[in-house]
Amino acid sequence: MQSRIKAFPWQELLLPLAAVVLALLIGSVLILYVGENPLTAYGILFRESLGSVRNIATTLQRATPLMFTGLAVAFAFRAGLFNIGAEGQLYLGAFAAVWVGISFNLPRIIHLPLAIIASMVGGALWASIAGFLKAKLGVHEVINTIMLNFIALFLTDWLVTGPFHGGSWVPETVRISPTAALSRIYPPTRLTTAVYLALVAALVVYIILWKTKRGYELRAVGLNPSAAEYGGINVPRNTIIAMAISGALAGLAGAEQILGLNNRFIVRFSSDLGFMGIAVGLLGKNHPAGVILAAVLFGALQTGSAAMDRLTAVPRELITVIQGLIIFFVAAEFLIRRILRLKEEA
Amino acid sequence: MGDILAMMFNTTVFAAALRMATPLIFAALGGILSERSGVVNIALEGMMLTGSFAAMFVTYHTGLPWVGALGAMAAGALVGLLLAVFCIRYRANQVVTGTAINIFAGGLTVFLLRHFFGAAGTSPQVPVIRDITLPVLSQIPWVDRILGRQNPLVYLALVAVFLVHVVIYKTPWGLRLRAVGEHPQAADTVGINVFKMRYVAVMLSGALAGLGGTYLSIAHLSRFSEGMTAGRGFIALAAVIFGKWTPLGALGACLFFGYGDALQMRLQDIGIPTQFMNMLPYVLTMVALAGFIGRAVGPKAAGQPYIKG
Repeated sequence: MQSRIKAFPWQELLLPLAAVVLALLIGSVLILYVGENPLTAYGILFRESLGSVRNIATTLQRATPLMFTGLAVAFAFRAGLFNIGAEGQLYLGAFAAVWVGISFNLPRIIHLPLAIIASMVGGALWASIAGFLKAKLGVHEVINTIMLNFIALFLTDWLVTGPFHGGSWVPETVRISPTAALSRIYPPTRLTTAVYLALVAALVVYIILWKTKRGYELRAVGLNPSAAEYGGINVPRNTIIAMAISGALAGLAGAEQILGLNNRFIVRFSSDLGFMGIAVGLLGKNHPAGVILAAVLFGALQTGSAAMDRLTAVPRELITVIQGLIIFFVAAEFLIRRILRLKEEA
Repeated sequence: MGDILAMMFNTTVFAAALRMATPLIFAALGGILSERSGVVNIALEGMMLTGSFAAMFVTYHTGLPWVGALGAMAAGALVGLLLAVFCIRYRANQVVTGTAINIFAGGLTVFLLRHFFGAAGTSPQVPVIRDITLPVLSQIPWVDRILGRQNPLVYLALVAVFLVHVVIYKTPWGLRLRAVGEHPQAADTVGINVFKMRYVAVMLSGALAGLGGTYLSIAHLSRFSEGMTAGRGFIALAAVIFGKWTPLGALGACLFFGYGDALQMRLQDIGIPTQFMNMLPYVLTMVALAGFIGRAVGPKAAGQPYIKG
């Protein structure tokens, strides 16, 4: 354990970096195709996302929900589960947060934590459906979490346009009470204390996975469920727990969007935050520190893309294409190893 | 009560259900071919979306919607090739790669849309594949109101179901396909080229999903708009599972989901929110997977890259 911390895992860092570089290279082909200079376009992207304290704050705000969904995907992955359902879990988490935020009249010191906990419970319960079906009936979580994404989308659609409709012509709820709102830390940007919460969550994920007996069990199940079972670990119970914790983390992304960013539930507010969490988790090698870095990268790409769109002929969707490409290359580790001429792992 | 029954069981609704089911049928057939060969296809959504865009784009430049349909099939097959190369050659995780394709296709179609047609979220209007009247079916009372006059793609979808069924169950190629998806090692030992079978199946999958996308942009509507598939690729995936990976089963599922779609507006009038109808395919698929209505079990080797021993 000691030696692993001392020897910095350069190779672990090299593969994701190569994936990002390759994706940016292909992106520059698209930039050339629309008749712009890749260096100019990427220069603007970089300046507008990281070139000033204000831009960095915006980047961090964009990165925060991705930190949560990335952690959610990474946590499940470590336990051998592929949670494609972060999108749905964040919607349910967001709805639980908005419900607490608009329904109660409490002092801030109780109201805000209660709303945050509600988001975790909402996400955890939603994810537990897939966890339970996997643990008890052996149904693969991939399809179920995909299905649950759509069910969550339409369920919250109905709740927010029906029973919880705010009354305006916009499909959204009323605003939450100020006592449930997260504070901004660098106005006029919308960066809130949620970013601290994300860093704490990353630390907690690290501690759970690598410093507790439960985490040891979860990782054992992730590496080899049959061996774990043979070693006396209760696999079904760990599956349900892993999905619930993963869902709670995704739910926190909903809390950031509701209690921090929008202060109300706008129908279909998530711009694929859950799916991008898959990219963030994979790019971060399913390690909390990696997830934070990957989320900041994605946050920066998104923040810079608006200016790039405005100042050049490059449509901002270039960033979505690049994000898709990054996932391709991270998934095809085999390919990257071949390009870099690295030795293949057995 | 009689009113509700009359509303639910009439030829207008059935005809609409058939139209709603058409893009789903194409994509679901694609999903079946891919999964039967052992490659999980989460990318149907991205393939359909690419097809929708390509159909519009080619039609815009040629003025010929049928050429547009061919373009969509080619574009879909190309996306299939991408999935195949990554999953088969580079042994990437099939679910991750599928997710990557969906994000990539969502981004690229809008990127190209905005590059070629400016800022708007929709393309200009293009010529469409027009409805036709079938000579024999339009003579039969009742049936003619459902099947007598429809879009050629609607008929083509039904023919495709029949074709895929025959190919999978009655031809040597279909037997090989199933062998490769169930037990690739065994298939390999008897001389079947597992990789080639999977490449062909996944590319065909893309071509069919592309045809499904075609229906959306140049038959149902006459333009491409941002994200116009709106989850239909996933409903098709649900139909594959609900139909237990068989063409006829998937047809039934697609017709049922299409029927739900067609009833949506009418049910809203009697107080059933549209969102509940929207949820139905996904809920039913979960129920089917859990085994409450006959356990749905997929091809055994689906999801695992094949490594030649």
